[in-house]
Amino acid sequence: MKKEVKAKNILLRHEGVETVSRPSKSLVVANGGLGNGVSRQQLLEVLKTHGLLESLVMPPNKPYSFVTYASLEAAISAYSSLSGQDIPSVDSEQKVTLYLSFVEKVEVQEMSHPALPPGLLFVENIVSPEEELVLLENISWETDNSNQKSLKHRRVKHYGYEFRYDNNNVDRDQPLPGGLPEFCNVLLDRCLLQGLIKNMPDQLTINQYEPGQGIPPHIDTHSAFEDGILSLSLGSEIVMDFRHPDGTTVPVMVPQRSVLVMSGESRYLWTHGITPRKFDVIQVAEGQKVGTVSGNTEELTLSKRGTRTSFTFRKVRHGPCQCTFPSVCDSQQGIEKKSPPRVSDLEPESLEKEYVHKVYEDIAGHFSSTRHTPWPKVVDFLMSLSAGSLVADVGCGNGKYIGVHKNLYMIGCDRSKNLVDICGKRKFEACVCDALSVPFRSGSFDACISIAVIHHFATEERRLAAVQELIRLLKRGGKALIYVWAMEQEYKKNKSKYLKEGKTSNERIIPDAKSDQTLPIHTNRTAFDSQDLLVPWHLKANNQARNNEAATAKEENQLLPGSLYHRYYHVFCEGELETLCTRVTGVTVRHSYHDQGNWCVILEKL
Amino acid sequence: MKLLTHNMLRSHVSGVTRGFPLIIRADEVKLNSVDFNREFVTRMIPKLEWEALVQSAESLGHGSDLPRELVSGYENDEEFLKKVHHVLLEVEVLEGALKCPESGTEFPINRGIPNMLINEEES
Repeated sequence: MKKEVKAKNILLRHEGVETVSRPSKSLVVANGGLGNGVSRQQLLEVLKTHGLLESLVMPPNKPYSFVTYASLEAAISAYSSLSGQDIPSVDSEQKVTLYLSFVEKVEVQEMSHPALPPGLLFVENIVSPEEELVLLENISWETDNSNQKSLKHRRVKHYGYEFRYDNNNVDRDQPLPGGLPEFCNVLLDRCLLQGLIKNMPDQLTINQYEPGQGIPPHIDTHSAFEDGILSLSLGSEIVMDFRHPDGTTVPVMVPQRSVLVMSGESRYLWTHGITPRKFDVIQVAEGQKVGTVSGNTEELTLSKRGTRTSFTFRKVRHGPCQCTFPSVCDSQQGIEKKSPPRVSDLEPESLEKEYVHKVYEDIAGHFSSTRHTPWPKVVDFLMSLSAGSLVADVGCGNGKYIGVHKNLYMIGCDRSKNLVDICGKRKFEACVCDALSVPFRSGSFDACISIAVIHHFATEERRLAAVQELIRLLKRGGKALIYVWAMEQEYKKNKSKYLKEGKTSNERIIPDAKSDQTLPIHTNRTAFDSQDLLVPWHLKANNQARNNEAATAKEENQLLPGSLYHRYYHVFCEGELETLCTRVTGVTVRHSYHDQGNWCVILEKL
Repeated sequence: MKLLTHNMLRSHVSGVTRGFPLIIRADEVKLNSVDFNREFVTRMIPKLEWEALVQSAESLGHGSDLPRELVSGYENDEEFLKKVHHVLLEVEVLEGALKCPESGTEFPINRGIPNMLINEEES
């Protein structure tokens, strides 16, 4: 009973699901959800024993579902006997305990099937089960290790050319001996004959994914391969996520023994990836084996992944790519496309240099034009300081806080020279420096602020050092205000403005921050998937355009060539900032709060 | 860079013990008129390294006859406060450099902005 009350509270607090005490035909089944490893079939089995069901709504990735019975009696019967009952989850090792509560009504999320990304094509049963076996048996995983890389998250083997993961490209001068294996000829001839591809591929990558393994979202390097990428799936079906730069995500069911062809927009502009997990959320309808997975909560269930082997056939490109998607084209950006760095590859200093310092330097003008409104609670803090206070703004950016309170003396500093120059033009006092080595006297400031700065440091030790450096500047009794970006963009049922102004979030499983994974690239204006990530910045030509009266509104929003940048962030979890600050000696946390998707603390130097 | 800002700056070159005050090499100094705020100046004085302020102001030729040592009772000396106001807020170094008194490292000042990054190639 206690647990039941607890479950109700959790539902209300975190999910906004309101339960009622008087019986109704609808119930929420806490713990009986796709997000908890409970499949639709399993839950139906149990629920059916109490009477006819009107509907069963299972929201994707949620640990609960909603059932509506045809009669009140059935609902009451289910409520009185199922609550507290254990049922096995698909994971089979773990049991889950169901808790049922009545709800007023169930909101069904009716969503239309999202369309397949343009240029994406499927052919089902391109090979027969017999051919599938032959293909799988012919892969000689063990015989030689030279072209077989054991990536931690999947098994990989290359033919024709080795695909290099350090630069996401191939060495055109060093083809592998033997070319493509003969056992693929039948399949490739078939694909050519059916017009799926125009040219015979000369590079093959075989990936083998065990359940729980995946591949981060990526676009195959434009300059490395021609249009038309062929991917054959063997052994098991899987859900592949396609994502447009605007944040639209389309989960696509890729059936066993099918081939998918990515050309045009789906090859050049959309990323594709496989979320590392053991179960996929898929459509119930048996007729539909292929295509997009809609968010329609009355039709979803779980599919247990098996071992999937994919054959990716590509044609190596000679000469630059001339696609119509310059913002994501390495050929047209004039530089070799940089793959997202792996956490372990780069020293934190180089990561920050490449993915924080350089980026701000390049985007300073555009960035500054988007940063004019001071955050009200930061202004409140500054207004609370007495006249004549000396204040350091460490990481001042374009100086938007420096002038807010005339009776303070504020000095800003920032790592970006271009941003500090903007401060200079505004007649603010500021200098260029690193937040880990601030050239201000110790114990001399009445207050310090660090707004949206410390989340750019790549290790906990460096974040700690940044707080220590801030505190060093303070005199005794002096106060520091720190803001960092929060993992929790939705807090106490309030979505931050960051989410509100944007699109709905794509809920996804949070991958472990394994050191050999590449940093995930965040989709702007959606919830975070990972604590360490790269956040895209689309540099726009608005600054130049504004100075040119003839510029049309369209031009103002035009993307510049080479205009996509990525900033590294470590977003903080609840409590993490406080914990970090308590590691600093001689300081106490006076106040901590969540403000519009940021974690914030006010510290006082003792 | 105003002299009040300069009074808060120090050298952070590793191995330096005090690194203060930074020696100013001024190529261009500008005088700006700023409204006098008696309370602001009075409150600011105790936060200053007084000797360094006078020394730096003199090195720029804008010492304004300020005493080498702070005399008590200055709170009521309006003339004195106005001089301090002038030195702190109205004298600005636009071009030049700051030199670490111990290591000799120089930090350039361009358009009033000191660049205190230790390795410029890192910027």
